[in-house]
Amino acid sequence: MQNAVLSKIIEKNKKPSITAFRPGDTIRVHVKIREGDKERLQIFEGTLIARNNTGMGETITVRKISFGQGVERIFPIHAPVVDHIDMVRTGRVRRAKLYYLRGLKGKAARLKERE
Amino acid sequence: MSPGILGRKIGMTQVFRADGQVVPVTVLRAGPCVVVQRKTPTTDGYNAVQLGLQEYVKASRINKPETGHLKKANADGVRFLRELRLQPGDDDLKTGDRVLVDQFKAAEKVDVIGVSKGRGFAGIMKRHNFKGGPESHGSMFHRAPGSIGASSFPSRVFPGMRMAGHMGDQQVTIRNLEIVQVDIEDNVILVKGAVPGPNGGYVLVRRSKR
Repeated sequence: MQNAVLSKIIEKNKKPSITAFRPGDTIRVHVKIREGDKERLQIFEGTLIARNNTGMGETITVRKISFGQGVERIFPIHAPVVDHIDMVRTGRVRRAKLYYLRGLKGKAARLKERE
Repeated sequence: MSPGILGRKIGMTQVFRADGQVVPVTVLRAGPCVVVQRKTPTTDGYNAVQLGLQEYVKASRINKPETGHLKKANADGVRFLRELRLQPGDDDLKTGDRVLVDQFKAAEKVDVIGVSKGRGFAGIMKRHNFKGGPESHGSMFHRAPGSIGASSFPSRVFPGMRMAGHMGDQQVTIRNLEIVQVDIEDNVILVKGAVPGPNGGYVLVRRSKR
């Protein structure tokens, strides 16, 4: 069991506004990119296939198909590089880790919307 | 200004710096502390403060002589006492004064002193990082220490030879740890890196001398 004080400290250091999303949802992650001394936001849109770890080290795995090639990126969601995350559409799934999507292509890899 | 503060280790986590760097931190609940005794050159021959960590402690857990000692400073609920030396002329702390985390700032360097986790009677591989021998291929030399000296001369084992024995449960000082955050509301200090002892163990946090 985690100590109450420790939980409170972690809660304080976490990002205040992380939208509620679940595996299966399609999300848009806005990542801060530094180019020289300028900073811009890059968008990575895809299906959330896994949430890993808890507390400050929580990460999400986002998968998308880019030019016919599957691409996955892992984001530490409380890191300052992740500016914010938008919800695009929900997805109804029956498990927490959607690694089976890696073996599916095209129509088979679609997910139904959650009510 | 107090040269240190007492506390308990709560656990570890990580925080992000403004530039995106991850810092592993140990969360310490430090203070509130009371100055239980002021030692001065005239009465004790040296200059020091005795701090006590104030927490919830049953009165019956503190023995009578200690209760009397704590009464002088009007400090109840104190079980963990530690003394810290003061520089000559450092006279701003008086008996009964409270020491809180607000005396510490982020980016300051501190030493953390605690008692390491006990490992019991440990072999040479765990205790002294010896290599041991191969586990398989007919090897009959696994975790043994090997030779501990020559034969008829000197006919004894030299003192200080590293062997199996009790490991841990010793006082350990970790120097120059950086304070990453101070939380005045919860009496919490976040220190970069690991700190000796189990979660819940008592620690002494001292301002680094160098």
